[in-house]
Formats: sequence, structure tokens, C-alpha cells
Amino acid sequence: MDIELIREEFPILKQKIYGNKQLVYLDNAATTQKPKCVIDSISNFYSVFNSNIHRGVHYLSEKATEIYENARLKVQQFINAKSRTEIVFTKGSTDALNLMAFSFGEAYIKEGDEVIVSEMEHHSNIVPWQLMCQRKKAVLKVIPFDDNGELILSELDKLISEKTKIVCVTYVSNTLGTVNPIETIISKAHSFGIPVLIDAAQAIQHTAIDVQKLDCDFLALSGHKIYAETGIGVLYAKEKYLDEMPPYQGGGDMIKTVSFSGSTWAELPLKFEAGTSNFVGAGSLHTALDYVDRIGLKNIQNHEAELLKYATQKLDEIGNITIYGRAKNKAAAISFNVDGAHHYDVGMILDKMGVAVRTGTHCTEPIMQHFGITGTVRASFALYNTFEEIDILAEAVIRAKKMLC
Amino acid sequence: MTINEIEDQIIEEFSVFDEWLDKYEYLIELGNNLDIIDENKKTPDNIIQGCQSRVWLDASLSENKTMIFKADSDAIITKGIIALLIRVFNNQTPDEILKSDLYFIDAIGLSANLSPTRANGLSAMIKQIKYYALAFSKLNS
Repeated sequence: MDIELIREEFPILKQKIYGNKQLVYLDNAATTQKPKCVIDSISNFYSVFNSNIHRGVHYLSEKATEIYENARLKVQQFINAKSRTEIVFTKGSTDALNLMAFSFGEAYIKEGDEVIVSEMEHHSNIVPWQLMCQRKKAVLKVIPFDDNGELILSELDKLISEKTKIVCVTYVSNTLGTVNPIETIISKAHSFGIPVLIDAAQAIQHTAIDVQKLDCDFLALSGHKIYAETGIGVLYAKEKYLDEMPPYQGGGDMIKTVSFSGSTWAELPLKFEAGTSNFVGAGSLHTALDYVDRIGLKNIQNHEAELLKYATQKLDEIGNITIYGRAKNKAAAISFNVDGAHHYDVGMILDKMGVAVRTGTHCTEPIMQHFGITGTVRASFALYNTFEEIDILAEAVIRAKKMLC
Repeated sequence: MTINEIEDQIIEEFSVFDEWLDKYEYLIELGNNLDIIDENKKTPDNIIQGCQSRVWLDASLSENKTMIFKADSDAIITKGIIALLIRVFNNQTPDEILKSDLYFIDAIGLSANLSPTRANGLSAMIKQIKYYALAFSKLNS
């Protein structure tokens, strides 16, 4: 994998900011940059094919529909779903998780039932379930993690009961980088007949996912985290559930018939795709997944693992840096604080040295509460990051430490 | 000194910095020297919650009817900017504060720190300063 060649594909990375600072983009867990092929595919769609899908009788509409449905097939193949009908396009993983909490809740949850999430979930895999639990008078239970940032699976055994209706857990923590042992969680839950939802927003770009092999029942992902356009995501769900769950939103495209005496729903997966879908985004996701296939997820994963190892080592060498999350199995994110300095100050200084990181709670306030902190600095990596960029990060952290402590 | 005179003085002081980090060094120094709010005034009522850094602000009226602000933040660069704001507004009458135009922030290149979407609490702090001024202005009259 030639990183210099890869970087050529990403026009945004070439720029200098604040006058003369080379941009070092280490905020990839927030969103990834787009390769030229993805940018071109969007431009090309609007230049050649733009038309609404599923409705028109005309040439352009046929073409646009074909692009949209081919994108669905690509996603199906990328995560190895059994059928294209199990791939629901959404606005992103947050949208997919809200769809799940609503429709699953309506179909299966009643008063006193329990939903299990983990302490390291992103707010988007907590709040929708809280809303549903309030509505249904159900109870949210939490799998805790230890100070290394690893889920305490023995606690899951204690939490599971005959009232448990679903287990919702992230594959990779956006804050701690932990890769959770979802195979174990899935088999444990399944042994009690409980379905499992995997939030793969931070996993899809780093590791190959085979939903049939995993045997997860639901999986959410976001396009913009894997080099596609923003505003497109996917909910994978086993067909049996999609059949039984009621629609999340009503509108055009999701119905078979509408009359004032009642409406009937469209075939799967359109039942869950109300309104005009983001067909341009879906097309860009197709291109992005082709791009990732061309590079090879295994190559990406190996490169990012090296980057993570190097960054951890460099930060540890500086001294008086606390790294949050020391799980044995980690993906490309590293959260830290300079002891005695506020994360926001560190982030502002790094920014002025050209280094883009994220600071704050990263939409995971329970993780902050676990460690008794108000936030962290997070550097997160993608396939185009280099070891030199990590050297620049380390130098910038040293400078920030000098200024602030 | 009037508010405008102090603002011009600050702009003059910052004109020597070519590098961003020099500006930050100076803000950190100002932050470290800020006469901060008493610990017992760091109450939930006085907190201005940003998503990332928090700001505490307390206001009172001096005997000669000018305003005294005391503040603090858990982030030091934010605290440096607070020190500048306090320098501008302290010992001014509520009416002067209400009609003031804060142009120095823009002139020294820190306006991004004051946008309402910026999560440091500073934009809300300025709003709060003006609310205090409005309240004390009504009290004075």
C-alpha cells in the first residue's frame, strides 16, 4: 500500500492552513475525507443522471434508480447480507439507530421489558433507546467497562433476564478505540434467544464485516465514515425483523396503497425508506466501497494498526500524558489528556500547528463520567495518514504541554 | 478610559504578534494573572456551560455605580480571552456597556472563539455581561 499514491487521491489533504502549516487531518472518527473518485461520482451524477428514483417512466429516472439499487447490492455484498431486501438506506447511523429504537420498540417492547446497551455507547445508541424506554415504560440496562476500556462481559451475564428484548452494542468505541468482542456478545445473547444490534459506525472503515458470519440481527453504519458522502447510512436487519417491525416514518415511496380507510406498506426494504432517498449519497457510497475494496480492508487495517501503535508509543514517550482506553484490541482512535491541561486548550494549540483533532466528550458523556473527566483530545486515523503526521502530532503535543503546564 | 480606548489599546498590544502561538502564549499569561472569581461564587447560578469549557461569571456594582465583573474558566486560553473582556468592561457604567461595540475581538483575530456555535461558553458570557448591565442599569435609574 503506497501511502503517497493514496494521498494523491485526496485533494483536501494537500492544503496548507494558517499561512504555512501543512494540514494534518487526524479527526477521521468524526468524518473521513473523500477520494477524488467519490467527489467525481457526485459531480458526475448531477451532470449526467440527476432525476428522482423509483417513480419516473423516463430515461434519467431509470438510470438514477439503477444507480441507487446497485448501491444497495454493493452494500449487501460488502457486508455479506443474505438479501438486498435486508439493506435499508438511512441518513446515517444515528438515523438507523433511531429507526431501530422506534420500530423495534413498537413491535416487541412492552412495559417492564429491558434493553441492554453498554457504558461506552455513542449518545446515538443511548438516547433513542431512552426515548423508547420512556414511551414504553421499559428499562435500560448498562454493561460496564473496566479502566482499560474493555467491556466486563461477566456483567452481561448478570444483566440478561427473561425480560431482555435486545442487546445494543458498539463494535468499535469512537472515544476509546476499543474493538468489542461482539462475536461473544452475540452468541451469549442468542443462547437466550435475544437479538443483537451492532453499531458499526466506527468499524466499517477499519475491519471487514460479514453479517452472516457474525450472525448479528441488526447493524448500523454511516457512509461518511468510510469515505462516502455525508447523509447516507445503512441499517442492516434480518428480514424476519423487517417484516414484523412497523414503519418508522410515513410518506412517499414506502407505501403500497393509501386510502383514508388505511394504508399498506411497500415491499422490503422500501417500507423503511419514506420520502426521496439520498440517491446521490447512495451512489457515492457505492464508489467509496469500491475504492476501499480496491485498496483492501486488510491493508487498511494493518496500516492503521501500525499508526495506532506508533502514536501510542510517541505519546507515552512524552510523559505526563494520560491515554484513555488501553484495550488489547483497539482500532484507529486514541484519546488522551495532557496532565494538568484542559483538552480544549490542547486542541486549540494543535489546531494552530495544523493538526486537526477533536476535543470534548465525543458524544460519549458516560465514558467521561467513568473516568471523572470533562473531555479528552482524540486523534483518529484513516488509510491516508502517515507516520510523519504522527511525529507532527507528537511535536505539537509537546509544544502544547510546554505552553500550558 | 472609555471602552473604545481600552479596545484600541488591546488591538495595539496584539499587533506585535505574527504567530498564532505567540498570541496564545500571551492569552495564557493573561489567563494565569486573571483575578478570578471567589470559590464561593462558583455556584451553579453563575456557571455558563459551554460544551467543552465552562465559564463562571459574577457581577456587582461599585459605589460609584460602575460594574465589577469577576470570572473564571477551566480552560486557560478561554480564561485569557475572559481577562480581555473584563479589562474592557470593568469599571464602566451599565449604560456604557449596553451601548458598547465589541470590535477588538475581531481585530485581534479571535472572533472564531465567540461564535455562538463555538463550544467554549464565551458567546454566552458576553450575552450574560449585557444582561447584568441591563439589570443594573434599571437598578441605577
